[in-house]
Amino acid sequence: MFIVIAPVSVYGKCACFERWRTFPNDAPEHCPGTSSDQAGKSSACQGCPNQNICASGAAKAPDPAIEEIRQKLTSVKHKILVLSGKGGVGKSTFSAHLSHALASDDSKEVALLDVDICGPSIPKIMGLEGEQVHQSGSGWSPVYVEDNLAVMSIGFLLSSPDDAVIWRGPKKNGMIKQFLRDVDWGEVDYLIVDTPPGTSDEHLSIVQYLSGAGIDGAAIITTPQEVSLQDVRKEIRFCKKVKIPVIGVIENMSGFVCPKCKNTSQIFPPTTGGAQRMCEELNLPLLGRVPLDPRIGRSCDEGRSFLTEVPDSPAAVAYQNIVQSKSSKPQQASLKQTCLTQIRDYCSSHSTPDDPC
Amino acid sequence: CAVGILDVDLCGPSIPRMLCVKKTEVHQCDAGWVPVYADPKQQLAIMSIGFLLEDSNEAVIWRGPKKTALIGQFVSDVAWGELDVLLVDTPPGTSDEHLSVLENLRKHRVDGAVLVTTPQAVSTGDVRREITFCKKTALKILGIVENMSGFVCPHCSECSNIFSKGGGEELAKLTGSVFLGSVPLDPHLTATLEEGQDFLQAFPESSTYTAISQIVNTLLSSLDA
Repeated sequence: MFIVIAPVSVYGKCACFERWRTFPNDAPEHCPGTSSDQAGKSSACQGCPNQNICASGAAKAPDPAIEEIRQKLTSVKHKILVLSGKGGVGKSTFSAHLSHALASDDSKEVALLDVDICGPSIPKIMGLEGEQVHQSGSGWSPVYVEDNLAVMSIGFLLSSPDDAVIWRGPKKNGMIKQFLRDVDWGEVDYLIVDTPPGTSDEHLSIVQYLSGAGIDGAAIITTPQEVSLQDVRKEIRFCKKVKIPVIGVIENMSGFVCPKCKNTSQIFPPTTGGAQRMCEELNLPLLGRVPLDPRIGRSCDEGRSFLTEVPDSPAAVAYQNIVQSKSSKPQQASLKQTCLTQIRDYCSSHSTPDDPC
Repeated sequence: CAVGILDVDLCGPSIPRMLCVKKTEVHQCDAGWVPVYADPKQQLAIMSIGFLLEDSNEAVIWRGPKKTALIGQFVSDVAWGELDVLLVDTPPGTSDEHLSVLENLRKHRVDGAVLVTTPQAVSTGDVRREITFCKKTALKILGIVENMSGFVCPHCSECSNIFSKGGGEELAKLTGSVFLGSVPLDPHLTATLEEGQDFLQAFPESSTYTAISQIVNTLLSSLDA
């Protein structure tokens, strides 16, 4: 027999956005955040080594790293985040192949930053497992896949493929700050940032630390199912709250054509209309749909770009259409996109406040 | 069998939709928060942040300490009642959610962890790190499941290994873990999860049903042992 007392409301409005709320590395469990009015004053602050700093208000000052990063990244023309709501939808695969596609233009310099601290897949997908990061006078040197394609990941700092990064948020945030401030990227046309799924520490930190340098926009990856779209809608809300433009949505794992009988199966069915309907409802561009192709996974496992391995595959064509400027090639008959914006076009037309162009 | 599911994927809570539990409120009683039941007989209890959000599209934009605090409440304040099994669904990674749920469950007996991977090396590569997490936190590994393991075309029965094949089994051998079994890609399974149907009731004759049943039986046997 229950006696109902009251509906539970967690923290009032559950989804409060903690803009600029930071937590020191040694923050206690219920730390209110250094920017909170309760910083240094709440009961959770008792015994915290930072209590006096917070209580004095010194911790509310903007992190000086934001300005350092802004200056460091003046040589980076465009910064694109690759986001998803759900894990396993192909975000890292997309980030890697977006980087390859942009770098196929020899005149462009491309950089890929992997901020999935706990699950760094980029080194494997880019064929860079076992590579190490070196330090020079101008900072950490990224690892080069091609002359014009540089990569940075915590994967390069781990000594074994079995090493686990068992870090809480503040330590992950510190790593991301270092990646942005201390890596010597040089002159870069496109900095692609691959993120873990969700809307948490890594995402808030990237937004916070790039707040001075600026972010051009975000590409969001989903599969066709509502279970994925449900989380993508949250990701889109996140982008709106932190004022990151959404370049568009990519629907991955969009159908599978049997190599034997050529019939198409919707393994991940778009029961609620897939990304197309969601984009129509939210007035966002659907950049493209990429079908399932076993050769994609094989290429990723072998550290090769499937854009060069199987350039004529429907998946490779879909990727190129997402990246390249609008071409006169007719779209596949099965694709009924109502609105398309390509990433290069978007970057060309988008300029951050400090861009002299 | 009375089962509880605790969904600690705070940024991407999918359990309510997959179990067809419509938007509902969580109420309190003397013993704590009342979980939401997925069935009239109250054999399947669920707790998820999905039930606590006013707008299902609203993002949960929380840093680690806040996630840690809510997970602590989920473990200590939910009145689960008598359960045979409590399942904890986690997000990917080895971070706040995983540490928090383990710390809070330590005072109770934790039987172990089931690790799910797809066959590809990119996925098993991350699961190797998850295995290290389990070893470092003294969390027993009950076994590894290889998901999305092959696809049989419903038109011509050709089998395609869309995400490769065998990676989960190899990982189990490499790390000395139990291989619980493989689950194939099955549009019926994904469609029932989308619509919140019970796949095991809807498609009892399918090979996917057999695969899942075998995994569950192996797991239950190891828990009884």
